[in-house]
Amino acid sequence: MANTQGTTGVLGWIDERFPLTKMIREHLTEYYAPKNFNFWYFFGSLALLVLVNQILTGIWLTMSYKPSAADAFASVEYIMRDVDWGWLIRYMHSTGASAFFLMVYLHMYRALIYGSYKKPRELIWIFGVVIFLCLMAEAFMGYLLPWGQMSYWGAQVIINLFSAIPIVGPDLSVWIRGDYVISDATLNRFFSLHVIALPLVLLGLVVAHILALHEVGSNNPDGVEIKKLKDEKGIPLDGIPFHPYYTVKDLVGVMVFFLFFAVVIFFMPEMGGYFLEHPNFDPADSLKTPPHIAPVWYFTPFYAMLRAVPSFAGTQVWGVLVMGAAIVILFFLPWLDRSPVKSIRYRGFSFKLILAAFVVSFLVLGYLGALPTTPARTSLAQICTIIYFAFFFLLPFLPAFEKTKPVPERVTWK
Amino acid sequence: MKKIILALTLLALPGLGLAAGGEGYPLQVAPIDLHNKASLQKGAKLFVNYCMGCHSLEHQRYNRLARDIGLTDDQVKEHLIFTGAKVGELMKNSMPKADAKQWFGVPPPDLTLIARSRGVDYLYTYLQTFYLDPTRPFGVNNAAFPNAGMPHVLWELQGWQKPVYEVHKGKGKDSPDTKVLTGFELVQPGSMSPPEYKEAMADLVNFLAYVAEPIQLERQRIGIWVVLFLFLASVVFYLLKKEYWKDIH
Repeated sequence: MANTQGTTGVLGWIDERFPLTKMIREHLTEYYAPKNFNFWYFFGSLALLVLVNQILTGIWLTMSYKPSAADAFASVEYIMRDVDWGWLIRYMHSTGASAFFLMVYLHMYRALIYGSYKKPRELIWIFGVVIFLCLMAEAFMGYLLPWGQMSYWGAQVIINLFSAIPIVGPDLSVWIRGDYVISDATLNRFFSLHVIALPLVLLGLVVAHILALHEVGSNNPDGVEIKKLKDEKGIPLDGIPFHPYYTVKDLVGVMVFFLFFAVVIFFMPEMGGYFLEHPNFDPADSLKTPPHIAPVWYFTPFYAMLRAVPSFAGTQVWGVLVMGAAIVILFFLPWLDRSPVKSIRYRGFSFKLILAAFVVSFLVLGYLGALPTTPARTSLAQICTIIYFAFFFLLPFLPAFEKTKPVPERVTWK
Repeated sequence: MKKIILALTLLALPGLGLAAGGEGYPLQVAPIDLHNKASLQKGAKLFVNYCMGCHSLEHQRYNRLARDIGLTDDQVKEHLIFTGAKVGELMKNSMPKADAKQWFGVPPPDLTLIARSRGVDYLYTYLQTFYLDPTRPFGVNNAAFPNAGMPHVLWELQGWQKPVYEVHKGKGKDSPDTKVLTGFELVQPGSMSPPEYKEAMADLVNFLAYVAEPIQLERQRIGIWVVLFLFLASVVFYLLKKEYWKDIH
């Protein structure tokens, strides 16, 4: 019996019952990607690689980790000392958390500079922002598990944010903790969410993100729709099959990534206290507040915004709202940016200026969020918070005076 | 434009960082050398003799220690185990936490990870800067950890030292004179000379640096091969990519 894919033998038998060859063709060998992807296009596949790393190392960590307030800290040291290669698995996981955010931030920056969130890719972007949110929750809950001082007090600070919400706040924060303070109950539920619930959601979202991408096709550094110009067989003139061209290219990225990843894991796993914070080598102590509570580096921009907003009308909820808005506003980006030109290569000076200001303000916020506050730093954080939001509020007005360059018909090299 | 903004920002940032600098006693750089087995063994000896009565190493096993610092299990049993523990057991002590809290206010912390949480320079400085201060319950204070709750356990080795202050003249009523601790003067010598004591403390801190992460040397040794392999793999995969892409124009 022949099948629609024209395969025979074992593969033919499978293809009559399951779309194996069909899926391989749709997503790899006959998925046509623009041939001009540059450096910035490595970070999507690398983020996926780190996700796989986190899931695999996480499975092995879970085999020896004990999610109880009495045993958690000691079980992590047990993994570091007594489990064969436990130290490597643990460092791969802890470094992987930071690598995940680094890849995702670079991946999002790529979308910003090449307008990858614009029509028809709005849903890809939205799925992406949900992945980012989910990743933040995943990282936050995972950070409680080693049960160190920063685990404990970091979680304390963040969960207390919910108490700032009027009326329901205090009850809500007790409901989240399962207790009046961070305790064994909190640790247990965070463990459950960290190893089962959120990874499941993350995986589902990643599939949706990639399916949506393959439905509309990839953008590229020129912001040209390659599907507009096709040859007689219906293949985009500027497209090349994802496999083998981008699989071999991404493999180079994977190797170089692993090279840097290995340097951190084997030679600087604490990364000067930014990947593993020094106070987290002290076990959690509910009676001893550390003098300076700083989140891990990937949360610091948002933490700086939270601290920058003064309390007003007797409540501190405004900081929480601003921090939330900083992420929620990302969902609206595809509709805030009204310019018909996608790529930064053909956009005007005004766009480049506000994007540069946005990136710098985000980096400065990240720097400030890791430090204790002083009046000067708080003022700077306030300015940067305003610049961060100004980017989104200025975007819709840009087309009125932005001088864009003509976009070519075909993609260009370099 | 982007570069100018970035450059300006980077120029401005160190100023903000400096403003946060603490006013504490300057830390001395600890001469850590984990390859020096003799130093690690001397450090282990000091630890079990002077520290372990109060401070445990509850994540460290005796036999792992033996293997890593170049001792046999029998040597460890004979010279380092005072508690009757088996050689495969964790280095706990027999001080009850509840009693310890009564005696010192806070139970003496476990020190397995102290080198990772506080840093070796802090420990090195802390161990050398106990000074006489009659206002404190145990008659001593510490420059690296002001108002520390710990007595000067190593006094028989170091002896007793008194603080030396430098007085900064104030400018009238609003800013009175300030005293800054600048050093110490030995008032009663111990069994070790000052250079010997300094070296002993270097051994002790070296030992604590080892205990905080016993895998360190092994990790770096493996790391070199992993990085070399990945470097070669990157080159090979780059050539593979070039081969595949040569007909894409």
